Parts: sequence; structure tokens; C-alpha cells
Amino acid sequence: MAYLDHAATTPMLDEALEAYVATAREVGNASSLHAAGRRARRRVEESRERVAAALGARPSEVIFTGGGTESDNLAVKGVFWARRAARADRVRVVSSSVEHHAVLDAVDWLVEHEGAQAGLLPVDAVGRLDPERLRAELAEHGERVAVVTAMWANNEVGTVQPVAELAAVAAEHGVPFHTDAIQAVGQVPVDFAASGVSALTVTGHKLGGPTGVGALLLARDVAATPLLHGGGQERDVRSGTLDTAGIVAFAVAVEAAVKGQQEYAARVAALRDELVERVRQAVPEVIFNGDPADRLPGNAHFSFPGCEGDALLLLLDAQGIACSTGSACSAGVAQPSHVLLAMGADDDRARSSLRFTLGHTSTGADVDALIAALPAAVERARRAAALRTPR
Amino acid sequence: MRVLAAMSGGVDSAVAAARAVEAGHDVTGVHLALARNPQTYRTGARGCCTLEDSRDARRAADVLGIPFYVWDMADRFHDDVVDDFVAEYAAGRTPNPCLRCNEKIKFAAVLDRAVALGFDAVVTGHHARLGADGLLRRSVDAAKDQSYVLAVLTRAQLDRSIFPLGDSTKAEVRAEAARRGLAVADKPDSHDICFIADGDTRGFLAERLGEAPGQVVDALTGAVVGSHSGAYQYTVGQRRGLHLDRPAPDGRPRYVLSITPTTNTVTVGPAEALEVSDVRATRPVWTGGPRPDGPVECEVQLRAHGDVVPAAVEVDADGLRASLRRPVRGVAAGQAIVAYRPDPAGDVVLGSATITAA
Repeated sequence: MAYLDHAATTPMLDEALEAYVATAREVGNASSLHAAGRRARRRVEESRERVAAALGARPSEVIFTGGGTESDNLAVKGVFWARRAARADRVRVVSSSVEHHAVLDAVDWLVEHEGAQAGLLPVDAVGRLDPERLRAELAEHGERVAVVTAMWANNEVGTVQPVAELAAVAAEHGVPFHTDAIQAVGQVPVDFAASGVSALTVTGHKLGGPTGVGALLLARDVAATPLLHGGGQERDVRSGTLDTAGIVAFAVAVEAAVKGQQEYAARVAALRDELVERVRQAVPEVIFNGDPADRLPGNAHFSFPGCEGDALLLLLDAQGIACSTGSACSAGVAQPSHVLLAMGADDDRARSSLRFTLGHTSTGADVDALIAALPAAVERARRAAALRTPR
Repeated sequence: MRVLAAMSGGVDSAVAAARAVEAGHDVTGVHLALARNPQTYRTGARGCCTLEDSRDARRAADVLGIPFYVWDMADRFHDDVVDDFVAEYAAGRTPNPCLRCNEKIKFAAVLDRAVALGFDAVVTGHHARLGADGLLRRSVDAAKDQSYVLAVLTRAQLDRSIFPLGDSTKAEVRAEAARRGLAVADKPDSHDICFIADGDTRGFLAERLGEAPGQVVDALTGAVVGSHSGAYQYTVGQRRGLHLDRPAPDGRPRYVLSITPTTNTVTVGPAEALEVSDVRATRPVWTGGPRPDGPVECEVQLRAHGDVVPAAVEVDADGLRASLRRPVRGVAAGQAIVAYRPDPAGDVVLGSATITAA
């Protein structure tokens, strides 16, 4: 199998898996007072320090969560609630049109249920945000903005955003800035303190750790109202018995991913460039999406004119090639990608897209397999798409 | 062969897919998303288009170890089946949406897409036999036979279709599903019209066609005997729900004899006035052999689950005409007439057409 969907999830690193298994064999609730509990607590706190060190944060700024979606929800809703509690008319939430649904849907929920007002920052044709647009937004609504959220790198088209510039603009207005860095950590340099953001989402399974564990880095001076109520285990912001084994493995993976980032990015970007070049040769009409320079090293995203991404995925899957249409599913039915639509693509181009993402286990053989199967798949997908009655 | 199994989430299509796998085919499962706004859960035994059904289909595909995808056919289904259904009622006819779905969606849009993508055939869980001789026959399970709604398929469509269940009864299919560990083994049968979740066809039509008050006229006297709020709410042969203002002079029950959309009139009359012996139909297909030059003695079925009657059938490129050997009541325009040749190995579908007049 040629696995070209590392942005969906990537295999666990051996050292993370070993750390997971070893820790999972140990008994102990990190909140218990006895020796077994203290041992678990020590593992959690060591992990907190490792994550903090790897990402340029203080240990007290690391809140372990159940993964990216929870971290995004906690940041968006939690900071919104806390900021509105301080000032009742502070109800505006500013996000971007290319955010992941974990952010977009959380904002929508606040609009529908909490009287929030949404401000949506546009992107240009390569999916990039303009800090000046944020400046204009905050100049107009500054005092009434509860939180700004913009992703570090886009999960579909791979465009890396000018996060530090955006964070600086938010800081000028004293508005907390959250970034979903799920796709960024381990792929590009990420430093919480240096970036100037107030909150940052990271998750384990995109960087070689386990699924179902992640963190929200939350600056000490930023308050968040909890989503989950209970034991208050994490800074009284997040409750739930700590997943000691998951947290240990997550920390191992974060540390390894950050430590190896430069070497990884150079290797994977070279392989990605080869993939892009060979796809262009095989299918000359292909459109390469996203920022050509500021992009994730493992991401290659194309539109195949005259094809449906769904059909291509089915045909490539049958040849043992795993990729993604990158779009959200509604009732199992693919919707045209909101990211591509936001970049100005029309419905057909959005539906004709496929994402190939490389990762730490990718090799040239994966690219060879894709190139071997792609031309015939495109040919067939075109025939299938030509059947559609014009509407 | 590389085949595409259409999987509704029900027990029949799951077992059909399983049998295709067992027959050595390279099987890919596809669930057709037909509803534009699917409900999350099934309610009662109606419909087949909820997210729960989609998940049931996916789970069955998992058990069989075959790839599984959801194909969005909602727009096509809406245009070709739902809109057609409404338009047919508006035109005073009584459509069969399952038949239309087979004709336009499952064995057209889906089959064409499958062929374009490199598949050789489509597998479905319909209860009908389609053997090596290429003849479509009734299922061994007479109560579950679906040959009537498949008879609309052309030779080219049948040549790319596989119906693995025709030799089994529904009870056997359920038992096999249980044996194979398919969780849908006990799932209730779906009934009624899948896109009318609450089963209220009148309400569904009224929402789309609006109120259109008109007269109910007695065929014998020509007198206005009642009023209606939309002629589309009536079907030929209908007795209940007429709400006549006055009883007929002869004191006998009245039935809907015809619907005239141009004057928005529903004509009623006594039961014997429903009897027809001559049926004309359009858009014929003839798959039971070469199209005959003269009349063919056969049996015809005039509605889903209806009785068969002996008839002499003549068919040409444009139409079909049947002389029934004994009169039949309640033949509705828009329904299919299907001609069968009785056969001990399963009655053979000769052909079918859409009834225009009786």
C-alpha cells in the first residue's frame, strides 16, 4: 500500500509506541496520593515539561486534552466565555474562512447558541491570510472581539500562515489569539512564546503520537472557561482522569518530531517536490493548489480538471493508494471543500481535488506507485464525470 | 468480474454483496445517498435513506471485507424520481417511483458511472432471477418478487446486472445474513416510498402542488357529487376518502374512475365501470426475446403486487397494447404493464411499458 494520507493520521513512532506500552502496564491515577499515583503524576509532569520545552512554552501553559478537536473547542469557546464574562458586549469571534471544522463549527455554535457574532477573514488565491485584514477587523471591532483564531498551517492545501504577524496585530489590540497548529508541529518550526500567540492547539496522532491525546498551550494570563466539568485536573480548565500512557507517548512524539523537524522537512519536501513534478508530467492539465513556497513539506494538493475527486479516490484506493479529497463529509457525502471555495475555486474545481500528504514513513516507492496508477485513474474519472448531466 | 454492489443498508443488498464476493467477483460496495437532507435515524420500517442505513451498509461492507463508498445521487434522484413522481400525480397519473429509480438511477446513473470507472456490472439485492440465458424471471419467493419493478430495464441494462437473490426466499436470505454475521439480518423490511418518511403521500403532494379545489363528478349522471382540494390526491380505483356530499342515486359505493387534470375533475362511478379489457401503454421495452410481429398470448401484471391476467399483447417500437382475457378493475395510467410468459423455472418477463389509457 502507498499511504499518502499522513495529514489524516501518521503512523506512531516506535519510541512513542514503546513508551505508551511501557506506561500503560503501570497502574496509577495521577490524581491519587499514594506511591502508584505519585509515579503516574511524575510521568505526566515530566511529559508536560518535555512538551513545553519542545514547543517554547512553560510547563504551566500545557493543558493536556483529548486531542485537537477538544483543544480547538476549549480555546474558542472557553476564551470566548471568559472574555465575555469580563465584558458583556464582547461577543465577536474572528476566524478565517479556511479553518478546520473543529474551529468553524465551534464558532458557528457560539453564534447560534451564545449570541456570538462571527467575523471571517478571507484568504487569497493560495489560501493565505493578510494581517492587514485582521488589523482592519480589529480597528473596527477591537474592544468587542473576544478571541481571534487562525490556523498555523492549512490541513487541506498546506498553506502556512503568517502566524507571528497575525498574533502581533491581535496583541496590539489586546485580543487573545489562538492558533490551530495541528498540521504545523513537526513540519515547520513552532515556538509558542516566540510566535506571540496566546493559545495553540497540538495533537498527537498527526506527529507520530497516539490518537485521542493532545494539548492546548494556553498563556498564563489568558483565562478560559471549562468545557468539561469534574475533577479540574488540568489547571481547573479541563477535567478528566489524565491518560498517563497517552500523555507520555504524546510527549515522546512531540519531542522527537520537533527535534527532527529540519531534517524531516528537507527530506520530505524533496520527495514532495518530486511527486508534484511527476504528477504534472503525468497529468499536464493539473492545477497545483496552495502556496508554492510557504507550505507544509509533506503536502501536495491538486485539482484534476474534468474529474471528480471522489472517483479518483475510489480508483486509486483500488490500486492500493491512500489519499484524500480533503473535504468534509456530510452524511458520508463529500461536499466541495470550503477551503478551495474560499480560495476562489469554483464548485467543479473544488470537487476535482485530491490531497496527497507525505510523512515520516514515506519513500520514493510511494510516489512511484502513485504515478503508475494516476494516468489511468484520471482517464476513467474523466469518463465518469462526463456522464453528469449539465445542470 | 469487477462489480459494484449497491448497498442500501438492508439485509437483501448485504447478502447479495456477500454472494457476489463468494462467487469470486472483485466487489466494491456503494451506498447511494438519495435524500438531500437525510434523517439521522430510521423511524419505524420506512425508508432506506437515513445516516443509520448508510452506517449499516458500511458495517456490512466491513464484515465482507470489501471497499465501501457513498455516492451522492441526491440531485439526480430528486430530478428523475421525486420531481417525476410529483409531476405524474399532477398529470392525473399514478407513478411507481421504485420502478423509475431502477430505470433512471440504479441501472442508469449508477451503472453508467460504474462502467466508466471500470466496473463490469452492478449487483443489487432485488428479488428476481437473471440467469445465464439473460432472461429476467420472477423470484422463487412470490411474495417478495420484484421483477415487476425491474421489467423496465433494457437488454443493455440487464446485461450489466446481477441479482444474486432470485433463487432464495426472504427467510433464507435472513438466515444467511445471520449465518454470515451480518447485523442487518433482523432489520425490518422497508415499505412504502423511501422519500416520504412519514408515509403521508397526500400531504407530501399537497405541500408541493398546493391546494387546487375542484369537482367530483358522477360518471353515470354527470352530477357534481362532491369537491376535492387537489385531483392529484386521487388514484384510479380508490374508494376510501372520497368524502362525497351525497350518496349516489343507486346507493352503491363509488370509486375513482378517472382524473382529468385539464378540468381538475375527479370522476367517480360504480365498481363495474372500473373494469377494463383494453390497455394501451407507451415506452415499451421487450427483453424476453426478439420483439414479436403479431399478438403474443401471455400474462400481464398491471400494478406492483397485482394479480396477473391472461392477455394478448401486441408491441411495436412506440407502444404496447394488451387485450385482457378477462376484465380488470382499477388500472391506473402511469403504472407499468408487465408481460410474463409462464414458465416452471420462473415466469419470464417478456416486456413492459407505461400505461397511458385503459
